[in-house]
Amino acid sequence: MLLPLIVFIPLLGALLPALLSRFAGFDPARTAAAVTAVALSIPLSQAPEVFGGAQLVQSWPWMPALGLTLSFRLDGFALLFAFLILGIGLLVIIYAHYYLNPEEPKERFYGFLLLFMGAMLGVVLSENLLLLVVFWELTSLSSFLLIGFWRHQADARQGARLALLITSGGGLALLGGVLVLGHVVGSYELSAVLEAGPLVKSHAWYPVILALILTGAFTKSAQFPVHFWLPHAMAAPTPVSAYLHSATMVKAGVFLMGRLFPTLAGTETWFFAVSGVGFATLLIAAYIAMYRHDLKGLLAYSTVSHLGLIAVLFGLGTVNGAIAATFHIINHAVFKASLFMSAGIIDHETGTRDMRRLSGLARYMPQTAALAAVAAGAMAGVPLLNGFLSKEMFFAETLHIGWLGHWYWVPPLVATLAGIFSVAYSARFVHDVFFGPPPTGLDRTPHEPPRWMRMPVAVLVGLCLLVGLAPQSTVRPLLDIAAAGVLQHPLPAYEIKLWHGFNLPFIMSLVALLGGTLVYAARRTLFQMHGYTPSRFGGKRFTEGAVAGLLAATRSIVPRIENDSLQRYLLLVFLTAVAALYRGLRSVTLTGSAPLTPIDPLAIVATAILLVAALLTVIVHRQRLRAVIAIGVVGLVVSLAFVRFSAPDLALTQLLVEIVTIILLLLALFYLPQETPRESSMPRKLRDVAVAVIAGGSAAALSWAVLTRPFSTISGYFIDQARPQGGGYNVVNVILVDFRGLDTLGEISVLGIAAVTIVAMLQGLRLYARDVDWQGGPWAADVHPLMLRTIAGPLLPLAFLITVYLFLRGHNAPGGGFIAGLVAGAALILQYIAFGARRARALLPMNYMALVAAGVIVAALTGVASWFFDAPFLTSAFGHLTWPVVGSFELASAIMFDLGVFLVVVGAVLNILSTLGRLHTAPPVRTLASQAACAPNDASAPAITSQGAS
Amino acid sequence: MEVLVSLTIGVLTGAGVYLMLRARTFPVVLGITLLSYATNLFLFVSGRLTLASAPLTNYELERYPDPLSQALVLTAIVIGFGMTALLVVLALRAAADTGTDHVDGGRR
Repeated sequence: MLLPLIVFIPLLGALLPALLSRFAGFDPARTAAAVTAVALSIPLSQAPEVFGGAQLVQSWPWMPALGLTLSFRLDGFALLFAFLILGIGLLVIIYAHYYLNPEEPKERFYGFLLLFMGAMLGVVLSENLLLLVVFWELTSLSSFLLIGFWRHQADARQGARLALLITSGGGLALLGGVLVLGHVVGSYELSAVLEAGPLVKSHAWYPVILALILTGAFTKSAQFPVHFWLPHAMAAPTPVSAYLHSATMVKAGVFLMGRLFPTLAGTETWFFAVSGVGFATLLIAAYIAMYRHDLKGLLAYSTVSHLGLIAVLFGLGTVNGAIAATFHIINHAVFKASLFMSAGIIDHETGTRDMRRLSGLARYMPQTAALAAVAAGAMAGVPLLNGFLSKEMFFAETLHIGWLGHWYWVPPLVATLAGIFSVAYSARFVHDVFFGPPPTGLDRTPHEPPRWMRMPVAVLVGLCLLVGLAPQSTVRPLLDIAAAGVLQHPLPAYEIKLWHGFNLPFIMSLVALLGGTLVYAARRTLFQMHGYTPSRFGGKRFTEGAVAGLLAATRSIVPRIENDSLQRYLLLVFLTAVAALYRGLRSVTLTGSAPLTPIDPLAIVATAILLVAALLTVIVHRQRLRAVIAIGVVGLVVSLAFVRFSAPDLALTQLLVEIVTIILLLLALFYLPQETPRESSMPRKLRDVAVAVIAGGSAAALSWAVLTRPFSTISGYFIDQARPQGGGYNVVNVILVDFRGLDTLGEISVLGIAAVTIVAMLQGLRLYARDVDWQGGPWAADVHPLMLRTIAGPLLPLAFLITVYLFLRGHNAPGGGFIAGLVAGAALILQYIAFGARRARALLPMNYMALVAAGVIVAALTGVASWFFDAPFLTSAFGHLTWPVVGSFELASAIMFDLGVFLVVVGAVLNILSTLGRLHTAPPVRTLASQAACAPNDASAPAITSQGAS
Repeated sequence: MEVLVSLTIGVLTGAGVYLMLRARTFPVVLGITLLSYATNLFLFVSGRLTLASAPLTNYELERYPDPLSQALVLTAIVIGFGMTALLVVLALRAAADTGTDHVDGGRR
């Protein structure tokens, strides 16, 4: 249970800084630090076991059918990263507390930071590769929030967007690669994938897997040529840069290379892809870094360059390469975090990061200067510092690359050249800023930062020195288990020594140090020769150009399809549907082999009535009231068809829905124009008729094809089991409330949502009823006709009796919640019509929305209740009940569920119709003049007309 | 009987499509209602035609209709009412807000 906590404590803890700051007044930084410390305690507590050689794996099924499990792994490599993420995270949290201005929203900053931290921990601790991809994308998203933290700044927004675009795009490639890899291996669990190296490497899809996964890794770790997002991400607050670009975000890319090292590394393809890209990145970024005037820009390119170095080492595919890469991951994280923090201090205390304006700061902030100088020395690879050790290992490795034949001399040369540049920019970082004459033209006089802002830098620089001076007794154990975690086998004997003798790697280091110093000394000439400006070429421009081009292309295509006419869209939808249907029907014979049902005269008559009524609806549709009458006939014949074809429940439902639908349509007509104007041109009508004929013909052909084919169904099961398992004879009802109860729960929820939406949409709506009836005459003076009142009054108790009857018998005979609900709804609506809203409301004085809500809750609770009997959601039970007089009848727990259905249906029907009816409560008999007098100032008074549209 | 049912479904679909292509909201509502009839009938008869029977097992009939398609269509009818109501209200709201009952509102 412990491993997921490492991930979920920061993820869920991300809410705490804001919550505790608002409700308890806690300092967000302290909260975030506490959360991090708690999370850190878990890997610390597990460390002894991992140092003992254990690989902890904890797993819970999540979506087993997809191969997705919630499984976590803590081995040496993961432990190293957990320490880096949490340890440096803690320092960054402390640092940021002093860096951010008091008025900035710290709760948000720390929330984002913890979210990112949790995502990052998820990446390094995932045992399941799919889970890893999920967290991977989460790091992209949360880093977007962090980089764009100063959202009022355009460059911060652009930088964040660029980073998101590149890294999440790479994440998609990674997902693809992981899917293929998992398919080849047969499992997404790392334990299986790491064992499957030989299988994967010899598989035909190995190049595909490699290309996709490396795209993910390269984009994340800013390798050339997709490195350009990283320098633009420098628009983030400096603590974010210190965190993302030392220990976390960009390290996720190299982490992935190390994690999948046993599975993917060691082939020629791997070497050329990873080391090739790595060398290019190493050299190009180091060169560019020399010319950056912005402190953070220099550090950004330096970061890219060092990531290239790590990629080269992993790309070698050798044991020593992997050890050196792991070692450099640690060293780079430590010195680069401290350098970013130093840059932040300088920015904070002087107001600028431009090295052309900074000078001689050592006299104002000697302690910071000393710390930064040591860290920069580590970056340059000065002996006695940690950077020197791993860099020399790197130099040594470049000397025995077997893949290159007689081009073997290229890697050492490139490495030395990059080393020279790296010394040069490190020297510039220290010398330009801290030495020379006092600065001029600064906004303020620089001074040392608060002690606690310097503390994190001091801790990290102390580590640089400790590791540099005594690697064996400090970092060695951690490096051993981490490298063993990468390789997945015990390490051979190797040495980390300060002095290997006067050998070739040492000479390379020496050349780099001397050459770098010379290059720095000649910088003025170089700058003039170079004249480098960052905007001359750049991936940012290219990417933004591509995005803009895509948008422009879309904007030119869309108007051709979208002309803002819903009629056009609908036409396109119908044509597409018909075309799709045609494709399906084209290759099959239309008439199947099933025997036909005999036709009888009654059926012919009924069909004729239905067809005439349907066509009549179309023909008279401009006289709306007549069309409603015609469509009512259609509905009635449809319900007769249900009777004929052995569906009594459907017939009842259709009949009742027909009644309420007609009332609904008539209510709508009360507010809408009574006639539809003639506005379609003849060609347009003919076109629509053609579309309608084709659509109808296709539907008829499809039905015919279906009906004439033999058929096998799963419903035999329901028919057999309705009684034994559901306790009812009415199979349809048992399916609704029992077998497929969850579907029904969803459906009544939809009905409830429709009712809520309708009420919301009618809120504040002012509709004016028509002054004249559909024939243009005055409305009948008798609003509530006597005849109707005489019948409706006594009908109500009868209707309720029938409701109860239909409801109770529903499980065994036609009826049930839906039908009973519709009967009750229709009966109450009749009271509205006969007696008006006031009297009707007196009959059922409650909020109809509450009725709907109660129904959904009752139905859901019935489902929940079965949990208390250790049964799955919505399991039903039933038993016999003997009532005096009535006799014995079945009582199933499903009846409670059906009660929920009943309540929702009644509530929804009443709610919809009564709300619509109540929109206008004034007597409809009014003259035009009186209407004008009623709303003289109401500009929105909608005189809904049929004119004014072409 | 199959030919009658297919014909009915075809005509209801065609009539529904034609009305849905009209420019005013009310015919569109009528068109959707007709199309719903067609769809419900089609779903229902996908369980094939069974005469003189019922999905009631206490009658111990020789042949039962397909209860599954019936259950499916029963909820479809009720939800269809909810949807029609929503559509009507949408039409009323649009008419009140734009001053016309044209489907494209007042823009055209």
